Amino acid sequence: MDIESLVEKFKQKNEKAFETLYNMYSDSMHGVIYNIVRDHDIAQEVMQDVFIKAWHKSDTYSNKKGRFFTWILNIARNAAIDKTRSKNFKKSKQNLDVDFFVDIIETSESLDDSTDAIGIKKFVTKLAEKCKKVIELLYFKGYTQSEASETLNMPIGTIKTRNRNCIKELRQMVLE
Amino acid sequence: MDINAYIESGILELYVAGSLSEKENEEVYALMQKHPEILQEVLEIEVAIVKLTASTSQRDNNHILQRIKQSLGSNDDDTKVISIAKPKYNWITYTGWAASILLGVGLLWTVNQNKQLESDIQVAKTQQSLLETQIENSKNSLQEANILISVLRDDNITKIPLAGQGNFAETYAKVYWDKNSDRIFLDAQGLPEPPEGKVYQVWSLTLSPLTPTSLGTIDSFSTDANKIFEIENTNKSEAFGITLEPAGGSESPTMEQLYTLGVVSTG
Repeated sequence: MDIESLVEKFKQKNEKAFETLYNMYSDSMHGVIYNIVRDHDIAQEVMQDVFIKAWHKSDTYSNKKGRFFTWILNIARNAAIDKTRSKNFKKSKQNLDVDFFVDIIETSESLDDSTDAIGIKKFVTKLAEKCKKVIELLYFKGYTQSEASETLNMPIGTIKTRNRNCIKELRQMVLE
Repeated sequence: MDINAYIESGILELYVAGSLSEKENEEVYALMQKHPEILQEVLEIEVAIVKLTASTSQRDNNHILQRIKQSLGSNDDDTKVISIAKPKYNWITYTGWAASILLGVGLLWTVNQNKQLESDIQVAKTQQSLLETQIENSKNSLQEANILISVLRDDNITKIPLAGQGNFAETYAKVYWDKNSDRIFLDAQGLPEPPEGKVYQVWSLTLSPLTPTSLGTIDSFSTDANKIFEIENTNKSEAFGITLEPAGGSESPTMEQLYTLGVVSTG
């Protein structure tokens, strides 16, 4: 079944479709959230809320507005950022911006030995510094192209092509 | 348009990242529908990003699904509410209902009929008791008549006509005296209805000296149909008289109100 009809069923509150989508995207969402909140339990808590919210707001999604993955990715990033702004969170967590996602992957010992994981680890170690920052801002932090352009002090066109090349490399490693 | 150049521009990577404006998103979507190679490119970018982001999770998140389902009010048992199958109405059902309705109507009819009959019986009983009373009355009347006939035919009965006196000359009465059983039968048909508060009083008289003895008042004068009254008389009467007296009667006759008088013939 293609993603589009799966999402259509999900919008009709089909539980099986919801489960399939959860299995497809929960690790991804948890990874993005963890990269922001840097606490596994809190990340799971937020991720749980993200899927509950997605279920209740499923009717607000339209495929014309973007990919379903992108839609739920947005919910996850916003929820994680909201979490870091809460009072309790601020007290316990400091210096969140020190590390990029690459550090998480590089220092990871619990990554399994699947080809994906090995490929990604290789990819991350070899990844050029310029790629790390672009991927971090666009996918993990949810920056718009102009926000990324400002932050990295690069023209939008350069951001686009650089990102394209970085993702191409990634694709080669995980899809080969 | 140059599809390859479009793909190489890197816009699809930004599309998956969610970095484009709403308008750009709609444009990409429209092109994706038109050009399968653009869609394919987007799918591959998406898969790569999902894998990359998932690799930063480093946790097993499967158990969270159960918590989510619980919070959504669902459970894993796949329990489904099975609606009770709609019963099929077949001809047995219909004929059953029809039969019971007919039975019900029939019962109602018989109950109604029974009530009607009971009521009829009640009416008949009332009529019967009325008839019985009438028969009883008739029997009594017949008995009285028979007694009167026997009295009239009896040789030992003395008949004494009482003639109207003075102002009451048009009135009359008759006395039948049964000396053997010490009683008289007074036929008072010739007397008018006594006025209110007055009664007729019957007197037995001896002539020398003239001594009246009251035989009683006729209290039932108005209600008696044949106006024949049986009165006890143990006197050696020589004459009978009837006067009009105040209700309750008098000690001695009021001579001004003497209606009828008759002397017992001696011979």
